[in-house]
Amino acid sequence: MSLECGVFHTRYESDMELRPRPAQRIRLGVLAVFVLVFPFLAGPYWLDLANQIAIATVGAIGLNILVGYTGQISLGQGAFMAIGAYSAGLLTLNLGLPWGVSIALACVITAVAGSFFGLPSLRLKGLYLAIATLAAQEIVEWAMTHWTAVTGGTEAIVLPAPRLFGVRLNSTFAFYWFGVAMAAGTALFAANLFRTRMGRAFVAVRDQDIAASVIGVNLFRTKLLAFATSSFFVGLAGAMIAYYRTIITWERFTLDTSIVYLAMIIVGGLGSIRGSFFGAALITLLPALIANAGRALQDTAPVVANLLPYAQQAVFGVVIILFLIFEPKGLSKLWGNVKDYFHVWPFAYRRE
Amino acid sequence: MPILELDDLSLRFGGVTALSGLTMEVRKGELLALIGPNGAGKTSVLNCISGLYRAQDGTIALTAADGTRHPLHRLPPHRIAALGVARTFQNIELFKHMTVLENLMLGRHVHMKGGVLSGGLYLGRQRRAEIEHRRHVEEVIDFMNLEPLRSREVGNLAYGNQRLVEMARALALDPAILLLDEPTAGMNAEEKESMARFILDVHEERGITVVVIDHDIDVIMDISDRVVVLDFGRKIAEGPPEEVRGDAAVIDAYLGRARGDVA
Ligand SMILES: Nc1ncnc2c1ncn2[C@@H]1O[C@H](COP(=O)(O)OP(=O)(O)OP(=O)(O)O)[C@@H](O)[C@H]1O
Ligand SMILES: [Mg+2]
Repeated sequence: MSLECGVFHTRYESDMELRPRPAQRIRLGVLAVFVLVFPFLAGPYWLDLANQIAIATVGAIGLNILVGYTGQISLGQGAFMAIGAYSAGLLTLNLGLPWGVSIALACVITAVAGSFFGLPSLRLKGLYLAIATLAAQEIVEWAMTHWTAVTGGTEAIVLPAPRLFGVRLNSTFAFYWFGVAMAAGTALFAANLFRTRMGRAFVAVRDQDIAASVIGVNLFRTKLLAFATSSFFVGLAGAMIAYYRTIITWERFTLDTSIVYLAMIIVGGLGSIRGSFFGAALITLLPALIANAGRALQDTAPVVANLLPYAQQAVFGVVIILFLIFEPKGLSKLWGNVKDYFHVWPFAYRRE
Repeated sequence: MPILELDDLSLRFGGVTALSGLTMEVRKGELLALIGPNGAGKTSVLNCISGLYRAQDGTIALTAADGTRHPLHRLPPHRIAALGVARTFQNIELFKHMTVLENLMLGRHVHMKGGVLSGGLYLGRQRRAEIEHRRHVEEVIDFMNLEPLRSREVGNLAYGNQRLVEMARALALDPAILLLDEPTAGMNAEEKESMARFILDVHEERGITVVVIDHDIDVIMDISDRVVVLDFGRKIAEGPPEEVRGDAAVIDAYLGRARGDVA
């Protein structure tokens, strides 16, 4: 752990804390204040975006656990979110379980499904594994649209509004607190995981699986655990969407979704928790910002404004390509550079 | 008393015979050198012991401290590691994006408890385990003089330092037997000397059984108790270093192929 000029740790306990430096604590405090004040200042439009970001953060951290930290490529993100969403909804509709219980069970079901679809990872790597997870995506998409008896097919499933102490939780304001709590909880869990034994084993499998096995890491178990852990949170993201929208449709969970989430973690930073958040925020805000730009240009440059909706996909692609070329480590690295600058400020040298 | 017994081991890759009917033992507490010309099968022996290669024929038995015998030829690599067999690689296989500290903490993996849930929640027991094993790792860091590199990402370290870190990671496992595949390869004279020093210290101070492969015959002569010489996957000589050095078959094996650094 690198230290600020003049900060020294004298015990392992303090060195091993997640936010050991005063500057990090201050930043965390500022962020906390912003998160607490924001919903009282923002209107429903921005609150809705914040909620989408919270859900995407949970899903992106989940995907990053598998792809960024463990090095197992997955194109099945949409499928796993679907399993989370449909399980959470159907458990309540068919068995009458409270929504909270349904969400918790949905996470576990997705974890089990994830480790099942992770079985090919024991033999396959890289692109071959990607194709295997693509198969999972196709199977689940097919089931969503054709297994009518269970999923309702292409019809939407409508859920009762989730309530907590009589308050409807799917309003933008109420869901904000739930979403923030889930995102923060997921981030904290992942941060803890990767500073402890099993999380290190995940990363070891990514960096050098042979060395990992001869140092005592059970590759079989570790890869399946990575799929299960990742899918747990991805399933949570799916279940959150289900109860936020109180409507489940298969279009939300297609291969497009898988790719958008991969874009989030690539742009944000593979193997980074804050990167997962940055990526989730940027990819969620990008379409909104483009749409706003279009409205702003309506009077001054109507031609450009009318083209913008079509340009959205292109802009999306261009942003990803720019990141791959100029900052493959993503927004997380850019943020790191900014911090490094202030880290040694006013001196001009960089820390190691 | 043997700690490792390899009996009639044969390993083939398609038409290539890497090992053929190799029988040898590693005695508890010794520093054994494994030498031979390029392609003789030295690395293959280590790979069989650590479970990365499966020999088509033959057995490998490890005698644990409590006297139980374990058939290594039937166990997967992670189980073999848990029995106290640690190693380094000819081409340095570190976890490149992790720090020195994290690499060494992985050396403690088999001794630690804790899964995804206890790690993610980071409650009392997991926290204490991390601190306790961190202490252990710091001892190894101290032993190998790695303090200044502790928090550096391993991929950015100089080659010689990477070799030290890899050995430190193996030591963190608290092995009963340490397998080193060309630990001084690519090092300059000074680095070689300090690496040889570390190997001797590991052997003498920690009482660890060591098997070392090396092409530098002077290093081997200096540090080993016993030498086994391989050629074409067979054992062609074994004995104390001075004896093996003068062995006609050994000289022949090296000179016959006009390579190796045997003096
Ligand atoms: N994974 C493999 N696939 C195919 N052939 C292999 C494999 N591993 C080793 N061999 C072959 O087995 C023989 C012994 O190789 P090994 O690496 O054990 O030799 P070595 O004594 O370690 O040589 P060096 O001194 O060059 O490291 C060689 O002919 C090699 O080409
Ligand atoms: Mg070799």
